[in-house]
Amino acid sequence: MAAVTDEVLSFDEAMAAFDPVLGFEVHVELNTKTKMFSPAPNAFGDVPNTNVSPVCLGLPGVLPVVNGEAVEYSIKLGLALNCQIAETCRFARKNYFYPDTPKNFQTSQYDEPIAFDGWLDVELEDGTVFRVEIERAHMEEDAGKLTHVGGASGRIQDAAYSLVDYNRAGVPLVEIVTKPIVGAGERAPELARAYVTAIRDIVKNLDISDARMERGNVRCDANVSLMPKGSTTFGTRTETKNVNSTRAVAHAVTFEIQRQAAVLQSGGSIVQETRHWHEDTRTTTSGRPKSDADDYRYFPEPDLVPVHTTPEWIERLRAELPEPPAERRKRLKAEWGYSDEEFRDVVNAGVTEEIAATVEAGATASAARKWWMGEIARLANVAEKDIADLGVTPEHVVEIETLIGEKTINDKIAKQVLGFVAAGEGTPRQIVEAKGLAVVSDDGALTTAVQEAIEQNPGVVEKIKGGKLQAVGALIGPVMKATRGQADAARVREIVLEQLGVQE
Amino acid sequence: MSAITREDVAHLARLAHIQMDGEELDRMAGELDVIVDAIASVSEVASQDVPATSHPIPLNNVFREDTPHGMLTQEQALAMAPDAEDGQFKVPAILDGE
Repeated sequence: MAAVTDEVLSFDEAMAAFDPVLGFEVHVELNTKTKMFSPAPNAFGDVPNTNVSPVCLGLPGVLPVVNGEAVEYSIKLGLALNCQIAETCRFARKNYFYPDTPKNFQTSQYDEPIAFDGWLDVELEDGTVFRVEIERAHMEEDAGKLTHVGGASGRIQDAAYSLVDYNRAGVPLVEIVTKPIVGAGERAPELARAYVTAIRDIVKNLDISDARMERGNVRCDANVSLMPKGSTTFGTRTETKNVNSTRAVAHAVTFEIQRQAAVLQSGGSIVQETRHWHEDTRTTTSGRPKSDADDYRYFPEPDLVPVHTTPEWIERLRAELPEPPAERRKRLKAEWGYSDEEFRDVVNAGVTEEIAATVEAGATASAARKWWMGEIARLANVAEKDIADLGVTPEHVVEIETLIGEKTINDKIAKQVLGFVAAGEGTPRQIVEAKGLAVVSDDGALTTAVQEAIEQNPGVVEKIKGGKLQAVGALIGPVMKATRGQADAARVREIVLEQLGVQE
Repeated sequence: MSAITREDVAHLARLAHIQMDGEELDRMAGELDVIVDAIASVSEVASQDVPATSHPIPLNNVFREDTPHGMLTQEQALAMAPDAEDGQFKVPAILDGE
């Protein structure tokens, strides 16, 4: 079934007439060992319906109990988002009937989230900082996974029946909700991507989530509405659900801005609804009308007692927080002395942590950058691997630098050595020894090779003796060949001049 | 005085995926009206200084250690299912979106 193709306005035209207002709901799956309210394992990719307990299945008579670790993770996330932490909060039942939730309700939080009133400074590519206000972050549980079977297209509308795996049902989630974001203008798509990236970096840095978007550990619902330029009254918004990469979030926001602008320009009005994101066409299509919160008939969860926090508890957790990613980046940039452009390239290449570890292990910041951004990046590119999966470690890079420092190898051989390291042939020093790659700077061996070159190239020798010192290069070539490229070129030049009795 | 209408009941029935005919809607509207009124009369006697109570027992922070246990096997999990296939619960086609 072909989807109706929406009219779109060009992004520039849309921006000329409207100001976008954004809002994000980001769901973060926590990486606790067990689920939110059930002691069944929280694990990805296992055999269906094996990580389930009677609580996950909503069997009669079961009693959920809160995972204390998940509460601590949620408080840490709230603190990292500069939120207030509730002194007391409760869980609530969000009632809806759909087979992904076997209880017929999702245990969530309603009017008493664990964290509220925060903010996050989001850095755009050119270094501009945009502050996003956080409305709340609340604890809840994930739903099971549905597979729609039958029908030609695999679409839900054509399915003959559906299969349900409850392994994911009950996995701890924190939902982070922003306040409306006004004033991003044409940078709205870029901000959308930067915000979701920042959230992903924070939860990864806190080690409270595996943060793998392709596995759905971090999922973004993007709210978009438009105001005519000059207006301050928000338009009707749409909510594009489950956008699962940082790049796709930017694309989804761009498309919704263009689509809504076309609707409004032609005199139409925006329907408040959820939209489905289609990665293949980079478009959204109409989903269901947005439900009224009343329709979920929230009420306090009677089976779970409230959570009370104390200042002592919160401060203990605050003391455990790692340095925030944005501040860490700022500090590292200053310590390493990189230019804005150099540092941005490093961040975009995703090797900040590798360089940090390499510097930590004893290399200079400029050497670390040279190798990670140069030969190692090239090897990863050729191997079509992530740099982190290439098999070259910060310790290897330090060893390479040490070998160069002690003149055992030169830069050219170092590149070869890195290739062998990536191929899993050992550490740099082992490889240099095993393959005899050490630079020949032993004068005896070099002198022999130089003498041979002199004997075989009388014409060149005449030129040098006649004062054409640049002709020395013609003798270095054969010496390099004789030593399989491992001769120290500067030393070879000195020996040639000595042998011929020529002064510089 | 509440006034639960037939439309209110039809809306709730739709949310709860319960099919009700016209006669049932009318009867249920009347019954729900009585229940809501009865609860409203409690609010009349509760003064401002009585906080809403969700949990009658003054207990909080009941937490569990983050250690896995109590899992069912796939066979046990599916034993109670009306229908199953490939180790999963089999449910009728879902037509009205998520």
